[in-house]
Amino acid sequence: MLEIKNLHVEVDGKEILHGIDLSLAAGEVHAVMGPNGSGKSTLAYVLAGRDGYDITKGEVLFQGKNLAEMSPEERAREGVFLGFQYPVEIPGVSGLSFLKAAVNEVRKHRGIKELDAIEFLKFVRAKLKMLEMGDDLLKRPINVGFSGGEKKRVEVLQMAVLEPRLAIMDETDSGLDIDALKIVSSGINALRGLDRSMLLITHYQRLLGYVVPDKVHILSGGRIVRSGGKELALELEEKGYAVLGADAA
Amino acid sequence: MASSTVETLQSVIQPYKHGFVTEIESERAPKGLNEDTVRFISAKKDEPAWLLEWRLKAFRYWRDRMLPEGDPTWARVTYPKIDFQDAYYYSAPKTKEGPKSLDEVDPELLRTYEKLGIPLKEQERLQGIAVDAVFDSVSVATTYKAKLGEMGIVFCSFSEAVKTHPELIRQYLGSVVPYSDNFYATLNSAVFSDGSFVYIPPGVRCPMELSTYFRINAAETGQFERTLIVADKGSYVSYLEGCTAPMRDENQLHAAVVELITLDDATIKYSTVQNWYPGDENGKGGIYNFVTKRGACRGVNSKISWTQVETGSAITWKYPSCILQGDNSVGEFYSVAVTNNRQQADTGTKMIHMGKNTRSTIVSKGISAGHGQNTYRGLVRVSPKAEGARNHTQCDSLLIGDKCGAHTVPYIEVKNRSAKVEHEATTSKISDDQLFYCRQRGLSAEDAVSMIVNGFCREVLKELPMEFAVEAQKLLGISLEGSVG
Ligand SMILES: Nc1ncnc2c1ncn2[C@@H]1O[C@H](COP(=O)(O)OP(=O)(O)OP(=O)(O)O)[C@@H](O)[C@H]1O
Ligand SMILES: [Mg+2]
Repeated sequence: MLEIKNLHVEVDGKEILHGIDLSLAAGEVHAVMGPNGSGKSTLAYVLAGRDGYDITKGEVLFQGKNLAEMSPEERAREGVFLGFQYPVEIPGVSGLSFLKAAVNEVRKHRGIKELDAIEFLKFVRAKLKMLEMGDDLLKRPINVGFSGGEKKRVEVLQMAVLEPRLAIMDETDSGLDIDALKIVSSGINALRGLDRSMLLITHYQRLLGYVVPDKVHILSGGRIVRSGGKELALELEEKGYAVLGADAA
Repeated sequence: MASSTVETLQSVIQPYKHGFVTEIESERAPKGLNEDTVRFISAKKDEPAWLLEWRLKAFRYWRDRMLPEGDPTWARVTYPKIDFQDAYYYSAPKTKEGPKSLDEVDPELLRTYEKLGIPLKEQERLQGIAVDAVFDSVSVATTYKAKLGEMGIVFCSFSEAVKTHPELIRQYLGSVVPYSDNFYATLNSAVFSDGSFVYIPPGVRCPMELSTYFRINAAETGQFERTLIVADKGSYVSYLEGCTAPMRDENQLHAAVVELITLDDATIKYSTVQNWYPGDENGKGGIYNFVTKRGACRGVNSKISWTQVETGSAITWKYPSCILQGDNSVGEFYSVAVTNNRQQADTGTKMIHMGKNTRSTIVSKGISAGHGQNTYRGLVRVSPKAEGARNHTQCDSLLIGDKCGAHTVPYIEVKNRSAKVEHEATTSKISDDQLFYCRQRGLSAEDAVSMIVNGFCREVLKELPMEFAVEAQKLLGISLEGSVG
């Protein structure tokens, strides 16, 4: 599904990622952990194709295609979804109309019939139910005045609605209260499937208690310093990054 | 703005869609402007003596008192000096007589309007909209006249109204915008060629939207229409105005006047979607849109609401205003103005509070892209007798790119201590974060800009009648395509 090979990334002329290797098979869920500033969001952005994040060496293959050659919207339509660490406000644009436009772009790209307003509502309602959410947030302008937790829940909802093949969730669990965390986790679990892979960027073991990853990678100073099974997250929780930081340096 | 975004946006520059020219024989007044021009126009229209006199008064005032001073310079717009002798002041499609019915209208004209998406044949019209089609300042067809006539509603061309309802015209013409009002309004008073007239009788709620569709076709010809709408006691009307013009390399002057009058308990809702040719991306060509629009809420509890979406014209200079004379009367101004490429807009409103407990609302959304310059200029005046007057003004500017400009010039004059006047202003940019967020969800950069802009304008767009709102949304997208540089 996703093949990252010796990936070097520069931002504003400064190298942030110094050779990442990561391979994510279809249906797998990997967690990416690491201290602040270690390059987790940078990795997420470069996968999604953000301007200004330049690949200087190495490559990324998504379903065999070279991601670097695709615009952000092409990647999205091909099934790359990024749940943002800091979702942005768009005044005056309701979540519903925004998501409808997004869903239809993806459908158009895949050659399936676009949904009209009524079909779309029905489709969204089912997803809302799965995530135990009302539609009030979707009626408001996207993220405007949302609480931190509300923003994250809407990101998960958007993922559920867009049904991506690769979901990169950047600290989606930060800012969620314990009930919301459970709901969001069960939502994520429900979306796990053979044809969907996920990269969960997180600081906390507590998410991984609900969503059990196939692998855990620790990013530090722009490098993956350790990879392992789900136990690695527990070890990290116990010992802290300091230990890893030492052997990363 | 990141450079690849700029490229995507530039790759989709869409040409102005209404830029074609209709091949039709027209009749023009000789080039230039003098008393004879005024007489020529008046004679063409077979006007009564009083109207010619009024025109001449305006012309002499303009020539003797205004022209020596030159055209107004206080607005934040720049353009080369206009040579008023180097233009035609009257151009009309050649017909033997004025068409009596739609069947007599030149098929070439019908085709023109069809091409613009305004079929004039009544059976093909959208339900619920009556249209007055004005081609080069001459009304060529008015639909649903008979049906409206049954309710006592008058909806016809201005020239026709002069013949059929002279008493109304005489009573109200120039009563809101006097012939001596300002440079362009005075010029219009002298040489106006046609326009629309509406009268809604007491207690009547006009059952359909009335609309005028202005089309400039002729070259080197100034356009001077006049619209007059009178809503008698307890009546209601919603009126729409749309405009387009061919692409031409020279600038063309459009100086219209609109006067609205509401008597007791009456309401006029006036909506404009202005899409005159804006000129090319280097600022060549385009319409100079110098328009005077003003409404008088003469009666108690009356209301005038202006909604405008200004996307076209090289230069827009207009301030649809409300004179709130009647107690408890209400004035509203909702505006979206877009300037892209080299376009300039200086637009806003005046709310003149004279009656007690008069209220006004101003919502202005200015969007600047390319090298566009966008100025909101507004006056809120509360006169000493306007006990309990209230105004709320909201002015928001959105910048796309860093070569454009947004300016806000509010004038507030309050002479009554019980008045409450509030003014809020914001300026924002479409951020890379917003664009990336939208693109990450699968929207193209152009669609993302269009969606963000439409979101920004929502408060205003929701004031437009349904069919127009959809049109306006599309238009905003098109006007801004290729906008970032
Ligand atoms: N435009 C930029 N110019 C210079 N350095 C940058 C730029 N953008 C990001 N960085 C740096 O890159 C490093 C990685 O940032 P990134 O946001 O990827 O970290 P992170 O692992 O997501 O951290 P957090 O856990 O706090 O979210 C940081 O040191 C950051 O300051
Ligand atoms: Mg981060």
